[in-house]
Amino acid sequence: MSSVRPAEAWVGFVTTVRKEVVRILRIWAQTILPPVITTTLYFIIFGPILGDRIGQMEGVTYLQYVTPGLIMMAVITNSYQNVVSSFFGAKFQSHVEEMLVSPMPDSAILFGYAIGGVFRGLLVGLMVSLTSLFFAALPVAHPMLTIAVAVLTSVAFSFGGFINALLARNFDDVAIVPTFVLTPLTMLGGVFYSVSLLPEPWRSVSFANPILYMVNAFRYGILGDSDIAIGLSLLILSGFIVLFYVAALLLLKRGTGLRA
Amino acid sequence: MPSAMSTSRASATQPAAPGPGAVPEAAEAPALEIRGLAKTYQRKGSAEKVEALKGIDLEVREGEFYGLLGPNGAGKSTCIGIVTTLVRKSAGKVRVFGVDLDTDPTALKRLIGLVPQEMNFNQFEKPLQIVAQQAGYYGIPWKLAKDRALECLDLMGLLGKKDQVSRSLSGGMKRRLMIARALVHQPRLLILDEPTAGVDIELRRATWELLEKVNRQGTTIILTTHYLEEAEALCRRIAIIDHGLIVENTDTRTLLAKLATETFVLDLATSVAEAPRLDGFRCRLRSDGSLEVDVERGQTLNALFDQLGGRGHQVVSMRNKANRLEELFVRMTEESRRAAGGQDDTAPPLAEGASEGDSPS
Repeated sequence: MSSVRPAEAWVGFVTTVRKEVVRILRIWAQTILPPVITTTLYFIIFGPILGDRIGQMEGVTYLQYVTPGLIMMAVITNSYQNVVSSFFGAKFQSHVEEMLVSPMPDSAILFGYAIGGVFRGLLVGLMVSLTSLFFAALPVAHPMLTIAVAVLTSVAFSFGGFINALLARNFDDVAIVPTFVLTPLTMLGGVFYSVSLLPEPWRSVSFANPILYMVNAFRYGILGDSDIAIGLSLLILSGFIVLFYVAALLLLKRGTGLRA
Repeated sequence: MPSAMSTSRASATQPAAPGPGAVPEAAEAPALEIRGLAKTYQRKGSAEKVEALKGIDLEVREGEFYGLLGPNGAGKSTCIGIVTTLVRKSAGKVRVFGVDLDTDPTALKRLIGLVPQEMNFNQFEKPLQIVAQQAGYYGIPWKLAKDRALECLDLMGLLGKKDQVSRSLSGGMKRRLMIARALVHQPRLLILDEPTAGVDIELRRATWELLEKVNRQGTTIILTTHYLEEAEALCRRIAIIDHGLIVENTDTRTLLAKLATETFVLDLATSVAEAPRLDGFRCRLRSDGSLEVDVERGQTLNALFDQLGGRGHQVVSMRNKANRLEELFVRMTEESRRAAGGQDDTAPPLAEGASEGDSPS
């Protein structure tokens, strides 16, 4: 029987969140600025340079069509990247032991880092959204749904980043998933095109990509239009949150990558 | 320790409604009780298994200043790792103030403060942030955590550095920062894994004074060190661990009494051309003109001085050639190694920096 005290666990969780937020803001030139600049370049390319030549897609301008996907891409990448780099850094420098020797429950450690990832993901998402207003009008058809999808997606990928950090043994392992899995899945997840335009079998293959559901749910929240039923998207999103959370917690409890 | 810390520590031991960071009192229980503790590692990339600990027993009483000595790879850090939950044991029992590691690791963690061997704080954070965060991990609310962090930094002489990026601190300051961090939740058992490694002698002495002060205020301390003079100066009881076994576990005085011969270096008022012949004592002339004399157990220094005085030699100062505990340590670990079949995959057991003639008597 373990004598976890809820109030003690809560303070530990808040401390971890505070530490993460301070870190993100302290190194803002690494955490906030680059994704905003990168996405601005996308806006310039797909707006004034290419957008007018492509014309309309699903009844809106091409830039309006890709903007929700670009925002979601920033949210996914930054949520994931924040947790994986911060927690692996703590492992690498061994200061993760500060938490491991304390009475903080594993769930408080996990949620503390995840909320840090959500903070960065949503902050970058907000900055990108504000930047996009200089290039395209965003009607935001379903505001609550838009926020909910952004938050849930950010939570899912923060947990995902935590798993990556636990399993990573070196800095190569930290870069492999974002580079070879996350970026291709995001690029092919309907950010730049509608899956309805794809020929078979690529159209069917695309439905195996979980990021497709997240991008389309977010697009539905902003533009009111989606390739996929919103209920299914939310269901899949929730499923990934549960899956990643359980996996991360089990690995943490086993001490994978942390305890000898 | 500052009075505020002492006061809140006292209140932390009250059985009713303990405050943040407080721990339950388990009357009469040893501070640390280890029974049959074993740890077997699987060597990476092979099926070979390494027994780091071979079923050790250890008991540290409340309030003690206890030394855990051993050569590199003896099993000291594995033992500490298990007690602090950083390493999973293969077998055995660990209890801290009666709290069982297997049944309630969370309660056990509340009782322990750890100063690890390696620097393990975020080098980009500031001392105040590092120490206050550690308090937060122990459930101490932020405002109180900051107050306690300031007290601990003050205690360690780091208050002036509280807002300086810790990467820029000197090695000694970093070590003191880790001690401040370990004390912030007012643990009842403080475990220090080579806390003065690489620290200059002045700072080492200052750290000793500080640890003695913490110990006097009721905190049980377990210390592992390579500086055997440190263990001799601080620890009232000592265990020597080698090849995963406890080869000696007794009080420091009893341990030192086992030493059959001590060698002293004597500086004379006037230099001599050759070593004088002394009845019952082996005496040698050193290259710097001083004398080296072996004193057997049972012989007195008075007899030595009488003989030297009778031959017209005035002794102006004397010191141990080597640390007494070091001589014992070398002997015991060599015996342990012979008993283990002559295997020796460890570094020489001599203390780092404890060179000939450096240890004060």
